[in-house]
Amino acid sequence: MSYSQTFLFGIYPYIALTVFLLGSLIRFDREQYTWKSDSSQLLRRGQLRLGSNLFHVGVLFLFFGHFFGMLTPHFVYEPFISAGAKQVLAMVSGGTAGVLAFAGLSLLLHRRLTEPRIRATSKFSDILVLLLLWLQLLLGLATIPLSAQHLDGSMMIRLAEWAQRIVTFRGDAVELLASAGWVFKTHLFLGMTIFLVFPFTRLVHVWSGFAATTYAVRAWQLVRPRG
Amino acid sequence: MSHFLDRLTFFKKNIASYSNGHGVVSNEDRSWENAYRNRWQQDKVVRSTHGVNCTGSCSWKIFVKNGLITWEIQQTDYPRTRPDLPNHEPRGCPRGASYSWYVYSAQRVKYPLIRGRLMEMWREARETMDPVAAWKSISQDPEKARRYKSVRGQGGFVRAKWDEVTEMIAASNVFTIKEFGPDRIYGFSPIPAMSMVSYAAGSRYMSLIGGVCGSFYDWYCDLPPSSPQVWGEQTDVPESADWYNSTYLMVWGSNVPQTRTPDAHFYTEVRYKGTKTVAVSSDFGEMVKFGDIWLAPRQGTDAALALAMGHVILSEFHNKSKSQYFDTYCRQYNDMPMLVMLKAHEDKLIADRYLRASDLTGHMGQDNNPEWKTVVYDENTGYLVAPNGSIGFRWGQSGAWNLEMRDGYSNKEVKPQLSLLSNHDEIVEVAMPYFGGDDHNDLLVRNMPVKLISVGGKDVYVATVYDLTLANYGVDRGLGGPNVPESYDDDVPYTPAWAEKHCGVPRADIITVAREFADNADKTLGKSMVILGAALNHWYHNDMIYRGIMNLLMMCGCIGQSGGGWAHYVGQEKLRPQTGWAPLAFGLDWHRPPRQMNSTSFFYAHTSQWRHEKLAASEILSPTANKNLGDYRLIDFNVRAERMGWLPSAPQLETNPLDITRAADAAGIDPVKYAVEQIKSGALKFSCEDPDNPKNFPRNLFVWRSNLLGSSGKGHEYFLKYLLGTQNAVLGPDLGELGEAKPKEVVWHDKGAEGKLDLLVTLDFRMSTTCLYSDIVLPSATWYEKDDLNTSDMHPFIHPLSEAVQPLWESKSDWEIYKTIAKKFSELAATHLGTQKDLVLTPLMHDTPSELGQSLGVRDWKNGEVDPIPGKTMPTMTVVTRDYGDTYKKFTALGPLMTKVGNGGKGISWNTEVEVQQLAELNYTVTEEGISKGMPRIESAIDACEVVLMLAPETNGHVAVKAWEALSKITGRDHTHLASSREDDKIRFRDIQVQPRKIISSPTWSGLESEHVSYNACFTNVHELIPWRTLTGRQQFYQDHQWMLDFGEGLCVYKPPVDTKTIAPLLGKKPNGHHELVLNWITPHQKWGIHSTYTDNLRMLTLSRGGPHVWVSEIEAKQAGLVDNDWVEVFNVNGTLTARVVVSQRVPKGMCLMYHAQEKIVNVPGAEVSGFRGGIHNSVTRTITKPTHMIGGYAQLAYGFNYYGTVGSNRDEYVIVRKMKKVDWMEGPLVER
Repeated sequence: MSYSQTFLFGIYPYIALTVFLLGSLIRFDREQYTWKSDSSQLLRRGQLRLGSNLFHVGVLFLFFGHFFGMLTPHFVYEPFISAGAKQVLAMVSGGTAGVLAFAGLSLLLHRRLTEPRIRATSKFSDILVLLLLWLQLLLGLATIPLSAQHLDGSMMIRLAEWAQRIVTFRGDAVELLASAGWVFKTHLFLGMTIFLVFPFTRLVHVWSGFAATTYAVRAWQLVRPRG
Repeated sequence: MSHFLDRLTFFKKNIASYSNGHGVVSNEDRSWENAYRNRWQQDKVVRSTHGVNCTGSCSWKIFVKNGLITWEIQQTDYPRTRPDLPNHEPRGCPRGASYSWYVYSAQRVKYPLIRGRLMEMWREARETMDPVAAWKSISQDPEKARRYKSVRGQGGFVRAKWDEVTEMIAASNVFTIKEFGPDRIYGFSPIPAMSMVSYAAGSRYMSLIGGVCGSFYDWYCDLPPSSPQVWGEQTDVPESADWYNSTYLMVWGSNVPQTRTPDAHFYTEVRYKGTKTVAVSSDFGEMVKFGDIWLAPRQGTDAALALAMGHVILSEFHNKSKSQYFDTYCRQYNDMPMLVMLKAHEDKLIADRYLRASDLTGHMGQDNNPEWKTVVYDENTGYLVAPNGSIGFRWGQSGAWNLEMRDGYSNKEVKPQLSLLSNHDEIVEVAMPYFGGDDHNDLLVRNMPVKLISVGGKDVYVATVYDLTLANYGVDRGLGGPNVPESYDDDVPYTPAWAEKHCGVPRADIITVAREFADNADKTLGKSMVILGAALNHWYHNDMIYRGIMNLLMMCGCIGQSGGGWAHYVGQEKLRPQTGWAPLAFGLDWHRPPRQMNSTSFFYAHTSQWRHEKLAASEILSPTANKNLGDYRLIDFNVRAERMGWLPSAPQLETNPLDITRAADAAGIDPVKYAVEQIKSGALKFSCEDPDNPKNFPRNLFVWRSNLLGSSGKGHEYFLKYLLGTQNAVLGPDLGELGEAKPKEVVWHDKGAEGKLDLLVTLDFRMSTTCLYSDIVLPSATWYEKDDLNTSDMHPFIHPLSEAVQPLWESKSDWEIYKTIAKKFSELAATHLGTQKDLVLTPLMHDTPSELGQSLGVRDWKNGEVDPIPGKTMPTMTVVTRDYGDTYKKFTALGPLMTKVGNGGKGISWNTEVEVQQLAELNYTVTEEGISKGMPRIESAIDACEVVLMLAPETNGHVAVKAWEALSKITGRDHTHLASSREDDKIRFRDIQVQPRKIISSPTWSGLESEHVSYNACFTNVHELIPWRTLTGRQQFYQDHQWMLDFGEGLCVYKPPVDTKTIAPLLGKKPNGHHELVLNWITPHQKWGIHSTYTDNLRMLTLSRGGPHVWVSEIEAKQAGLVDNDWVEVFNVNGTLTARVVVSQRVPKGMCLMYHAQEKIVNVPGAEVSGFRGGIHNSVTRTITKPTHMIGGYAQLAYGFNYYGTVGSNRDEYVIVRKMKKVDWMEGPLVER
């Protein structure tokens, strides 16, 4: 493997994850007032309801799909579903969610770039995040026809294995990507980059979004003791 | 320690639960709550207010955080009112609450700005010339002048340095003084009460250099001329708390909840006490919903309603069954018992002037001013007597100017006889003018009782004002004769049936309200009150509407009684510490007298609105007037008034006054004598006789604290055309082009002069319309960036403006700006002007001995009817020596005249040596060598505030007692008890920053600041027996000046709106295919703008229509195919404007309503008719002056600054309203046309 491959898919993931985790932690501790989703709803309501809902439904599905799909060890699901079937399932459901998210994000991106009030109040990072996600969705969708050429699930298993090796700190992860196409690799790289920029953007609201699920199990009323 | 780590307390977080686990006791971190605490933590909180024309004088907390003004909220720490009254607070309104937005907004003027073309020429000229020569080379070169004047209002400002702008201003002033005279420099600023020191800064500068301060109250048409006519009082009204003491409250043409928001609560609260409220309004204004009864007269016909109410009250409470209270009150406090002579007019008798002591044998024993003492019959003895209190007793003698019921000669008690009905000599027919239309004769003949007496050997009929009044109202006294109704249902002036026809209010409602109003006053001894406002006062014949209402109050004994009276709230002008402020403001500590001008006549002449005057005198004259008067134009009356010393002039004489004194000195003659001779011979002319002559142009205009061109400038397009010489939309021809009769007293030039003004300087913190048209804009401090004083007539407290942050960007407070200009001016003037003798003309002033001018008739020296005598038959003339190089030193020190001459006001004066000494200790003294060394310093705005507070009786108890003592000498009654309880109170600037302070009672005002009664106007007249400052010393139903009689206003009559003739030349002449509506143009105070902030405030724009809008009725909108929010053009011969239309049930048919002061700076598209950008509400108006307001030198009808004079009425106007075909935003580069 060339050094560049080793760096991009063996070392860069750790850099990205470190920045993601530490960065989030530091920002949460030091800059509480910046921890927000920076909604632009007050500036213009048009395109937001449809765009945001489509995008969030799609992207949440994709997030969990990738999370469980890639990090669940092969042997855990093997008794229930074959690799090939899992690949088809991922292609169909991921493709659907991807299309939803892509359509939604396209609306949001258009809105952000063309509405003068939103454009004027947008930070560089606001536009960057949308562009990154938009590209990432495009690349993700582009993998579907590639995957369709070999429905045996081998590529999928290799990619999942790579991810599992990375998160379990095994040095031999990079080799698994030797035969992966550039679309897959670019998709992986962009994915990691999104983690890298995460703490510096409004994406931090994702943490809060997940934390907010605790409301579901919270008591009806909270009181605090004196002092 | 860490937001994240501290949350990792999964096992310790929840320490208990309750309610079956529905609730949990949690140890969760609470530090996020600091966000909310921090929200209310500031660097400092400062007390200030909004120096606007509502003068709500509301106390606000201004919050400063991180060095920035963040927001404001209402203060709630006013001194409490009495236990039985609601408190004044919280005061404030949504407009004020949004003001902090303005401080940092894009509209803020941040740097001195100069018109670019002017700057280029100036810099070029300055390379080779000194400043004065440079200014001459630009302003006097026609081509150069045109270059910058013709683009006024078209943008093109460049940023400048303070040094450079002040040098240009100073150079312009110096040049103007030298070349044309100091009275060619005019300063316009309104309502000192809203920020007294800021006003005083400019007016002090103007006064020191001999410039002219222009009035505003009359120009805004907020001055009710009827008040000085009837009471000799500019305006004095109850504080809002006194509404709560009323038991019958009429709100008439004043939208209290909208325009008096902080005070409106008294109006709603008093209803819970059981007080009945009656709202009178043509449209469904906000105040209407608080009325138990709503009367809706057609706009402009309110006098008909008032007269019919008077008819009912006089019939039922004076004629048939007498109210004992009304009878007693009318004898003592009204002119009703005064005798009026009747004279023959053709074959009829008409009312003439009051009978005077001088008419009778031996002058009734009166040596002093017998021709100024009016006469009554004593009911006890049947003799004629001249009772105490008429104006003749005020001057030249002391001790008898009071309202005690005594004979002014014998001092015996008298009982003035109200009616001669019981012991008349004859019943005669007297003719009274009628102006209501063709439904009746123009002279109404009525029978009335009279006595026959001998005057100068001739038999003369005399009648009481009481009998004249009843005859005038058409009350049936059982004397038979024509024009007497048998019932209220007869159509005879001024019955309810007659009024119903004219104003549209059902007669039953008129009768009910009139009866209840009078019945309440009778039972409560005068607690019936009328709140009234601009909807009545902005009409040409406003004095008839007002006098109609005042008459109701006077005939029911409501004036001067707590909870009763006349409550006029329009453009508040209650400068409570007035006499302390006047020396500072007009430089009276250095030179007397100052130059002051009534702005209505000034702008009427110099914006050439007179050239377009289509109202002929013949249309408004009484049928009994001298027929020759019908040939005069309105400006002719003004010219006569100026030369007879009735009204002031600016500029004053065609020749530079500095040159006049030089010529007199050269000839070795006293300058005054010299000037009189020259005027008499015709060699020296009054400027007013030729306003189009360049010698008579006003050359420099300063505007500060005002939006003259965007708000108050009636005849806006005429301002642009004639005064400024720039793009305008004047659409109609002038008198020459019309071929109408030209003025007799004024030189006519076929082409009117344009671009008269050399320099227009505006001081403002916002880029107003006036700024846009200025040559120089100076950035001034906002209301949160300066120290100043503020008072209101709505409450009795004095309030500060405070510097929360230092003036932002390069702005300065008005005080500092004028100081800076004065310094530069002094430098240039020292070499160019040096010491000069200035000849100052002053009219015969109210509250001075010269108010006793021509007593028994009008004689004009120009026609040879009388000699020109300064101060008697022509203006007073005074030589004032000005050391121009010392202007700055004088500006910043309290001058010697306060010690030498003392201080005073309203006809009384007192010594101020002690106060000057105390000021020297408080402000320290000037240490620099020069003219001001050793005098109290007035360096900062706070120093200036202290001068006002120290000298004013209202804020210094010792002075108050001195002032009451001075008045006691004249009245012969001790009034000092009114202030003695507060003699040791001295209010300082820092005191009022801690808490607004209640002021001290002073003779400057007619009400009391007391712990026992609320402030109510004329309270001291009634309860302390201080005469009204009128001819009779009483409230006057009758006006006997010759001009009053000529215009038919001796008694109150109904006059419908005048015909302005602005529609016909354009109706259907410039079609765009849409229907054209012709509607009456009504411009009330608005909800989304003035009164604490401006229309271009983002929040106000967001809450309203986001730009200019007009209101029309649903019915007419339908006719014209208009739907809500359509773009319309509104135009007539005066000009044009564009706006969106609001279609509303609120508006009755026949009117188009546009809230005033919506400027042409936000969302104004081009107008189809003119081809230029649309205008403002005043683009379609033109002011029309009224000759009766020009009367002077005649007791209460004498000129006073902002006190009496012509008013700029505007509601008689009609407009064409039409849907726009094409909305053109006219965007693109500016092209010169």
